[in-house]
Amino acid sequence: MMIIEGKMRAIYNKIWRVSGNVIMVQAEGVGYGELAMISAPGVSTLAEVIKIEKDRIFLQVFGGSSGISTGSEIRFLGHGLRVAFSENLLGRIFNGIGESRDKGPEFTDNLIEISSEPVNPARRVIPHRMIHTGIPMIDLFNSLVESQKISIFTTAGEPYNALLARVALQAKVDIILLGGMGVRFDDYLFLKNALEEGGALAKSILFIHTAADPVAECLMVPDLCLTVAERFALEGKKVLVLLTDMTNFCDALKEIAISMEQVPANRGYPGDLYSQLAARYEKAVDFEEAGSVTILSVTTMPGNDVTHPVPDNTGYITEGQYYLNNGRIEPFGSLSRLKQLVNKDSREDHRAIMDCLVHLYADYQETMEKKAMGFRMSAWDNKLLDYGAAFERELLDLTVNIPLSAALDRSWQILAACFKPEETGLHSELLAKFWPRDNEKSKADQDRA
Amino acid sequence: MAANGIIYGINKNMITVEFSGDIRQNEVAHVILGDQRLKSEVVRISGNLADLQVFEDTKGLRSGDKVEFSGELLTVQLGPGLLGQLFDGLQNPLHKLAEHYGQFLKRGKTVEALPAEQLWQFSPVVESGAMVRAGDSLGTVPEALFEHRIMVPFGMEGNYEVVEIAAAAEYRVDDKIAVIKDGRGKLWPLRMNFFWPIRKPVNIYQERLSPVEPLITQIRIIDTMFPVAKGGTFCIPGPFGAGKTVLQQLTSRNAQVDIVIIAACGERAGEVVETIRQFPQITDPLTGRSLMERTIIVGNTSSMPVAARESSVYTAVSMGEYYRQMGLDVLLLADSTSRWAQAMRERSGRLEEIPGEEAFPAYLESIIASFYERAGLVRLRDGHVGSVTIGGTVSPAGGNFDEPVTQATLKVVGAFHGLSRERSDARHYPAIDPLTSWSRYQSFIGSEQREMIIKLLSRANEIEQMMKVVGEEGTSNADFIIYLKGLFFDSVFLQQNGFDPVDGVTSKERQLHIFALLEKIITSFYPFNNKDEARAFFQKLRLLFLNLNGAAWGTAEFTRHEEDLVRLLNKSSQSVDDESGIPARQAFMEQNMDSTFTRAKNTRTVKDGLPLHHDDYRGEDAGDLQ
Ligand SMILES: Nc1ncnc2c1ncn2[C@@H]1O[C@H](COP(=O)(O)OP(=O)(O)OP(=O)(O)O)[C@@H](O)[C@H]1O
Ligand SMILES: [Mg+2]
Repeated sequence: MMIIEGKMRAIYNKIWRVSGNVIMVQAEGVGYGELAMISAPGVSTLAEVIKIEKDRIFLQVFGGSSGISTGSEIRFLGHGLRVAFSENLLGRIFNGIGESRDKGPEFTDNLIEISSEPVNPARRVIPHRMIHTGIPMIDLFNSLVESQKISIFTTAGEPYNALLARVALQAKVDIILLGGMGVRFDDYLFLKNALEEGGALAKSILFIHTAADPVAECLMVPDLCLTVAERFALEGKKVLVLLTDMTNFCDALKEIAISMEQVPANRGYPGDLYSQLAARYEKAVDFEEAGSVTILSVTTMPGNDVTHPVPDNTGYITEGQYYLNNGRIEPFGSLSRLKQLVNKDSREDHRAIMDCLVHLYADYQETMEKKAMGFRMSAWDNKLLDYGAAFERELLDLTVNIPLSAALDRSWQILAACFKPEETGLHSELLAKFWPRDNEKSKADQDRA
Repeated sequence: MAANGIIYGINKNMITVEFSGDIRQNEVAHVILGDQRLKSEVVRISGNLADLQVFEDTKGLRSGDKVEFSGELLTVQLGPGLLGQLFDGLQNPLHKLAEHYGQFLKRGKTVEALPAEQLWQFSPVVESGAMVRAGDSLGTVPEALFEHRIMVPFGMEGNYEVVEIAAAAEYRVDDKIAVIKDGRGKLWPLRMNFFWPIRKPVNIYQERLSPVEPLITQIRIIDTMFPVAKGGTFCIPGPFGAGKTVLQQLTSRNAQVDIVIIAACGERAGEVVETIRQFPQITDPLTGRSLMERTIIVGNTSSMPVAARESSVYTAVSMGEYYRQMGLDVLLLADSTSRWAQAMRERSGRLEEIPGEEAFPAYLESIIASFYERAGLVRLRDGHVGSVTIGGTVSPAGGNFDEPVTQATLKVVGAFHGLSRERSDARHYPAIDPLTSWSRYQSFIGSEQREMIIKLLSRANEIEQMMKVVGEEGTSNADFIIYLKGLFFDSVFLQQNGFDPVDGVTSKERQLHIFALLEKIITSFYPFNNKDEARAFFQKLRLLFLNLNGAAWGTAEFTRHEEDLVRLLNKSSQSVDDESGIPARQAFMEQNMDSTFTRAKNTRTVKDGLPLHHDDYRGEDAGDLQ
């Protein structure tokens, strides 16, 4: 049954198949990737064409298929998902399919389609600007770089959203895109309030899919965020995109794949998981003569297992990862693969101090193991124990909030309080220039006592 | 003449087309979408329906849209001007695309691979009346460092007579430079370029030879311990972040070959950017020319169309075979072959083929094997020898080598450089695990020497594990010294600072020289009184050796550091053969390591990445790989 509508778009009302969140309808002239509106009494939801077999059109229903009847109305819209791009988006909050969540006006002007064209690698530049976060474990040890894509590997219950909010507030960027996928409602409120209180909401745009929303609606969140981000970047803006939690996004992909009876590749996830994730993460870019897109995402690891397909594929795509564990960013395992592009120009002691602190912290951990096994502690072991405690208290702790230069100065203070200069293995030129004088004396006094 | 069709079905980048007329497998077709023509390739035919993989985004396609078949297979363009370029997986030059279409890769936009306007100085090498066959030279043009041969297209069958040959002058790639005549009198005009179907190996050589000559990468652990041969194959599996890409980047800079082709296959665009921005600035010490001049990059990175990723490795290897045909040594580095395999998996899934392990297609193994099979050392018909060497990284799911792509690759390659998470976490770069890696090729050191080092490292590792349980106190002094020797060899030889201009690049002469020194250190006997003394000695020796590693070859500084080292060594050691009549190395091995090594070896299986005949490094074995 087919009725012709005013705009010459057909309305169909014969659904042949419902399976999971995928429905099949017979229709003609429908484009791949096109959107449709499905209406039934009490239900109204968007759907996207994901497969065509002659006149059999398979749609993925964003709002979920629950309540959809074989007689529901399907109206094809003639275009894919779009977003109204303008400065008016700033300060606004939308849901996972771009509808207003904050009771503000809906926009219909300057609609742009979700961007799927990759950037030509010939037009990319080598990243070279650091993004300062005020978190020593990032700035000092694993610097975040403009146009980097990097993920926080963590587990449920860790303060990853708080970490995202802090980075968002401290980073000197022009625009923040926050994409929430399956976030709990109070986490959403927390993120929103944090941006508001920090005075950053006015330069932020939020696309929030909460745990209470239909699962499939979270699928569009990264695309919406990144399309808007890319547009602003082309206008010369530095954009930071925060995505939490990409594991929920992957789980939604898994659900669709299963509804489509695809053969899973790994633990139920579809074989194109890597390509799906890469298509999003590769949107991180530094345009040659315009702005940039930086992506910081959250990946919760089911069972804290880094070999799980989601963190595993993510690790193969991103340019490093921060392990957030027990409320702190692990100094080992965490890696910003782009840090060497920026930490050579920050301050001359940056790289050397970074290596030295990590090295000594590794020694400290060995000493802790020895101690736990009941071995006797040598004088050197005792120094390491002092150092380890100071390192954890003054640098590792996530509440520490100081600029990079202060973190470097503090590192020297810590070293001077615990060691003699030659024990650090640092180059004599650096020692001559940076070793704090008074502490050295007090340490020498201590040693004598 | 060519067939036509209309779209019947669409599933992501796979379309089903209802066609009439004759089409063939792997034929190129174009989907017509408004003024856009989307390139695609036939991958399955059944009845009047054909499945095509589309090399572009399929958004907006409808059933009923027109499809034009071309009758041609998917090809690459071969001719002067490939060197120094950056292509996508279908050989579109990305810089040109950017010039024409800007920041983004627009759907359906293509540009010819070779610069059409560039003039090349052609010198004929045949005269009218000469008889020629496919692959024979008609003339040469200078390209970068090479005499680029202008050859009779590889696909021409039979013998031809040259009836016309252009005079020495400048020509464009599309200018006619010769006319040849086949046996039936048909005339064939030839240009300075031709097309070759990428999925077909070029095999117009006289014979294939065993890869025996080492390909020097200037990376010590590879050249000395797990060498690669010219015309051979190797793979680098490793978990994310273990250093696969860095290792390939270093190899692409420092390997002693004529041409390097980098196939950045489904990995990060940023990594390609590093290469294209840096190589033009780096001078190749061997030639004094910019590194970019000997490099071709095929960059079909992870967000570019997946079907083109699948073809990109063939595009790359076809260009490699082309230059091999000029008697050159070509090294193809593919990062990552897992992304290529995944592209096949995506395709296979959409074709609803019966899946094998982890949903990879059942024919995965044979496809991987036939890809690596395109490597080889060949004697050309003119007597010259050329080679294509293939090295691929593998990105195993979960970092676990017991997965289909790694296992299929291990079956066919000649060397395995397995990266370990433990080594990369400990920042022991390159993170190639010496206890699991292997190579069937000959190194420039003897195979007994290689065996000795492997035994030393295995034993040292065993002692280290034991020590974790029984502590240093429970370890004999002799064992403790073996442990220190293993640690020492690892830290001063196997580990190498790739970013240090001196340490990062170790020539063959230098490797031989310092290996001899190390052999002496390892086989010497040290009469230490206790463990602390032993440890202190090796720590000191290590510092001296690191100084040596940092000193440029052939300088007074190098000599001075070496003298310091030898002095310390002579002071503390006794050579074993002073004591008994048995040759030093043998005695050292028999006394200290043999029994445990045998045990260690037996517990390993193929799944650990060790071939069954691990210590069977006989030279002639290398020939079996073909
Ligand atoms: N030889 C090396 N010397 C120093 N650092 C290295 C070396 N190899 C790797 N690294 C460090 O490890 C990081 C990751 O290396 P690389 O990008 O090569 O990993 P990969 O194995 O290719 O990972 P993926 O599978 O995710 O692509 C680098 O950014 C660098 O910081
Ligand atoms: Mg890599």
